[in-house]
Amino acid sequence: MEQLKSLTLDEIAAASTLEALEAVRVKALGKKGALTEEMKKLGAMGADERKAFGACINEVKAALESALAERKSWLENAAIDARLTAEKIDITLPCRPEIEGRIHPISQTIDEVTAIFAEMGFAVAEGPDIEDDFHNFTALNFPPDHPARQMHDTFFFGEHAPNERLLLRTHTSPVQVRTMLNQKPPIRVIIPGRTFRCDSDMTHTPMFHQVEGLLIDESTHFGHLKGCLIDFVRAFFEVDDVPVRFRPSFFPFTEPSAEVDIGCSREGGELRIGRGAGWLEILGCGMVHPNVLRNCGIDPDQYQGFAFGMGVERLAMLKYGIPDLRTFFDGDLRWLRHYGFSPQDVPTLAGGLAR
Amino acid sequence: MKFTLSWLKDHLDTTATLAEILERLTMLGLEVEGVEDPASALSSFIVGHVVEANQHPNADRLRVCKVDTGKGTIQVVCGAPNARAGLKVALALPGTVIPASGEALKKGAIRGQESQGMMCSNRELKLGEDHDGIIELDAATPIGVPLTEVLSLDPVIDIAITPNRADCLGVRGVARDLAAAGLGTLKPLDTVHVAGKFKSAIDVRIDAPHACPFFVGRSIRGVKNGDSPKWLKDRLTAIGLRPISALVDITNYITFDLARPLHVFDAGLVKGPITPRLAKAGEKLAALNGKTYELDETMTVIADMNGPEALGGVIGGLPSGCTESTTDVFVESALFDPIRTANTGRKLQADSDARYRFERHVDPEFAQVGMEIATRMILDLCGGEASDLVIAGSVPDWKKSFVLRPERVAQHGGIHIDKAYIERILMGLGCTVAEHGEGILVSPPSWRADIGAEHDLVEEVIRIYGYDHVKAVSVPKRTAITAPVLTQLQKRRSLIRRTLAGRGLNETVSWSFMPKELSGLFGGGADALTLANPISSDLDQMRPSILGNLIQAVGRNADRGLGDLGLFELGPQYAGVKPEEQSSMATGLRAGLMVDRNWAGPSRPVDAYDAKADALAALSIAQVPTDNLQIEADAPGWYHPGRSGSLKLGPKALAWFGEIHPRVLKALDVKGPVVGFEIFLDALPPVKARPSKTKPALKASPFQALVRDFAFLVDKTVTAQAVLRAAKSADKALIVKAELFDLYEGKGVEEGKKSLAIAVTLQPTERTLTDPEIEAVAAKLVEAVSKATGASLRG
Repeated sequence: MEQLKSLTLDEIAAASTLEALEAVRVKALGKKGALTEEMKKLGAMGADERKAFGACINEVKAALESALAERKSWLENAAIDARLTAEKIDITLPCRPEIEGRIHPISQTIDEVTAIFAEMGFAVAEGPDIEDDFHNFTALNFPPDHPARQMHDTFFFGEHAPNERLLLRTHTSPVQVRTMLNQKPPIRVIIPGRTFRCDSDMTHTPMFHQVEGLLIDESTHFGHLKGCLIDFVRAFFEVDDVPVRFRPSFFPFTEPSAEVDIGCSREGGELRIGRGAGWLEILGCGMVHPNVLRNCGIDPDQYQGFAFGMGVERLAMLKYGIPDLRTFFDGDLRWLRHYGFSPQDVPTLAGGLAR
Repeated sequence: MKFTLSWLKDHLDTTATLAEILERLTMLGLEVEGVEDPASALSSFIVGHVVEANQHPNADRLRVCKVDTGKGTIQVVCGAPNARAGLKVALALPGTVIPASGEALKKGAIRGQESQGMMCSNRELKLGEDHDGIIELDAATPIGVPLTEVLSLDPVIDIAITPNRADCLGVRGVARDLAAAGLGTLKPLDTVHVAGKFKSAIDVRIDAPHACPFFVGRSIRGVKNGDSPKWLKDRLTAIGLRPISALVDITNYITFDLARPLHVFDAGLVKGPITPRLAKAGEKLAALNGKTYELDETMTVIADMNGPEALGGVIGGLPSGCTESTTDVFVESALFDPIRTANTGRKLQADSDARYRFERHVDPEFAQVGMEIATRMILDLCGGEASDLVIAGSVPDWKKSFVLRPERVAQHGGIHIDKAYIERILMGLGCTVAEHGEGILVSPPSWRADIGAEHDLVEEVIRIYGYDHVKAVSVPKRTAITAPVLTQLQKRRSLIRRTLAGRGLNETVSWSFMPKELSGLFGGGADALTLANPISSDLDQMRPSILGNLIQAVGRNADRGLGDLGLFELGPQYAGVKPEEQSSMATGLRAGLMVDRNWAGPSRPVDAYDAKADALAALSIAQVPTDNLQIEADAPGWYHPGRSGSLKLGPKALAWFGEIHPRVLKALDVKGPVVGFEIFLDALPPVKARPSKTKPALKASPFQALVRDFAFLVDKTVTAQAVLRAAKSADKALIVKAELFDLYEGKGVEEGKKSLAIAVTLQPTERTLTDPEIEAVAAKLVEAVSKATGASLRG
């Protein structure tokens, strides 16, 4: 029995694979195993002898099972270790191809502007690109002979009736008109959208984007206009103390009218928004002209308010240092990847507009 | 509009500095576009005194001078022929930047003689073209003082005038605004009548009072039309005008000084009475600018018996123009209808300083005053004697008055100033004010046609008060917490935009236009959508689809070696000119390889399923129930007919997707494969507003779902959609999912057939299914699929 035990323990220790170990187990403890054969002898023994021999067998069996389990565990671990060594990969290989696209700076800029004005309670209004003379000019107090109505700036379609032709809106202001015609004050809307002018050179493209704003109620005055736009400019450019200057100007649809400049410096040839020697014009604005209110069915003796408009591309160019307006519309992948934004960069005021 | 500082000060008595004047001009709405201040470049030059000037030992043309700087004596080598002892000169010391070269002066030696400074000519200081010698200053000039203190340097100011401010198209109007804003006082103008010495031989008879309502004329005889005096030439040169002759220069000067255009005829060349009338068709005028204009009945001419002699309000004619030999003149100071003048100028493409003013507004009351001032100037500069005035027509009635309620200034301007202050501002602008029960009765002056109602006065008060003094007030919030403002379409666009970009597509913005000839490829080309005045022939049609522009962008990128890419655009397309015919689209493309070469697997070109996946991802984020979408092979003709389809809910297509038709790619000169999709955002079903944001409770069955696979043999024409729909319909309670996982055609499957393998998920809800139950469902499923598609279960 002792011999069987020591022989089997040696075999367990010598088993170098799980299969070999199993063979040893079967040989000793299987149905026809050596120890099993020994156990069969118990039936023929007397009570005392059987007790002594049984205890002996159990002791040997326990020792063998323990040794088997230990060896099994060791062999399993060794197998894992061997596998780990075999499975080593070159972790510097590139990942499988995976690409993320970009958001165009025009969309991103409109999203930023929207986030700011939404905070001030402005909704977003939209309207058609193809407009008529009334919405684009007449309602906005352009005199009948105003030069902008001529071929110079405006894209026209053919006459659809004698002396009546449609046009591409030259600004998003017709949507102000549509809003006022459809909605009673108080009104707070911004209007982002495509606009069109018959112009093409280094700094003009036949299509560009504007965001206009309109606020009409019973008490909003020129000081609010200043406050609203100063708040906007500082939030948009993310420069708390950027100087803002309102200069008197002229537009047919507002009175008083102003152009708004922001401070900048051009030291070392680099344009920086903020305190500095220079000014940059960024938008036009004014108190809505009483004629416009009247044309839109709003009583100018009861209601008043302001409107403003700015070029989206210009805002993007200034904020993000994009040098050339014309490149916005090329669809050049290199440009889109360079100046575009990650889809994860959703502008919020809580998290900051731009990373 | 350009003018010089000294010119401004002819009208404005002020102690303000140039910087203060510039600042206030801009803040008055007279935006300073530029200022050329010669003094700014000369701040470090000083007055030197040449004590000694000796011949240079090594150069014939050079002199070696001893120059007193006021602080000591230095040696300067100078090549100017007029460098001589006793001269007071403009002296630059080392370090001073010479304006002409832009470089700082350095100490040096010229031909062996040390030179410690430089004596400058006018050209070197950019003060003129004179380079014959160095500047000779007055002998009494103190030595060592800054040069800018002794030169009379006149800064040139250039301001932008908005179209409403015709009164500021003359220097006097600018001065008036500055004075009103408190920057000095407006000097009086000499408007005294010049008495005539004889009766003009030339009479004026207005034939078209609506086109030329008022005409003041006067003959002046015995003039000598020579050169203008230096001061006049200098001023005209400073603002970019070329001095011509005294008579012409005077009319130009008064145009810019007082915004009063004039014309001077050579009286000897005028035949019969001067008649302002409408032109006759076919009449021609050889104008002073050398061009000949063909006239029509809409244009105003100043005619005599010879025909048109001038184009009223625009330009004079050559035949009756003044020359050096002119001795008798007839001066015109008239009023012309602004619209007619503008239309005439535009039609003839004739720009002039006169037209610029007449089409905006010319002070009607000033026609006669302008004539008096012009007369005096002609008599002063050219001699001669003036006739009585010849006056035809009358000044149109321009007078109006209305009430300004002082509280409107506070209501609209947000400023609180008293009535007296308001009145002072208005009077400064030339208004007359009077008491009125409701406020101030204001009559604006004749030169301010732009002031026509109360709100115009409010603007003027705020403008002169100063926008910079209006206190900025933040817009009051209407609710403490900002409410959402975006519409469902706006939110959907934003989600789709970021979803598509997240899938690897790059957002573009392309023109709303495309070439008309190519628009036909995408179902467009209607004449109603053709621009009458396109910027170029390839941007002449409103796009019927965004795809064309995107395909062309793919082509441009491919030409740069970037042929594997995805682009998308969210924007409009146009089926007609009506607002409802403009669609809001999400359109995208993929081209080249979908999976690039890589070590881990094969590369793969884009195919229709990539475009389908993009479209479905966009629809899904927009909360369209994509499981219910019907897929039909009826995409329009710009798609590959066998590899494209539409996604529908009901009869209406929400989107199209597929491979772009090879003939379309060929026409656009782009290599395939290119796949794309077009989503009609306006057509997406609205998401119903729910009363609460609560999600329905999760119904997770405690009984395990089981998946059974089935392989069906079907005709090649049978769609996967038909098989899956039939499978799902077999037991709507138990079958929760049916997905296709294999498609096989070829060996082992007979010709004209294909094998479709689907995985069906059964989800029991009440108890675990028994084998016979599972078999029953499977049999029902096979039967349903067979019945619907003719399929047989593959053995």
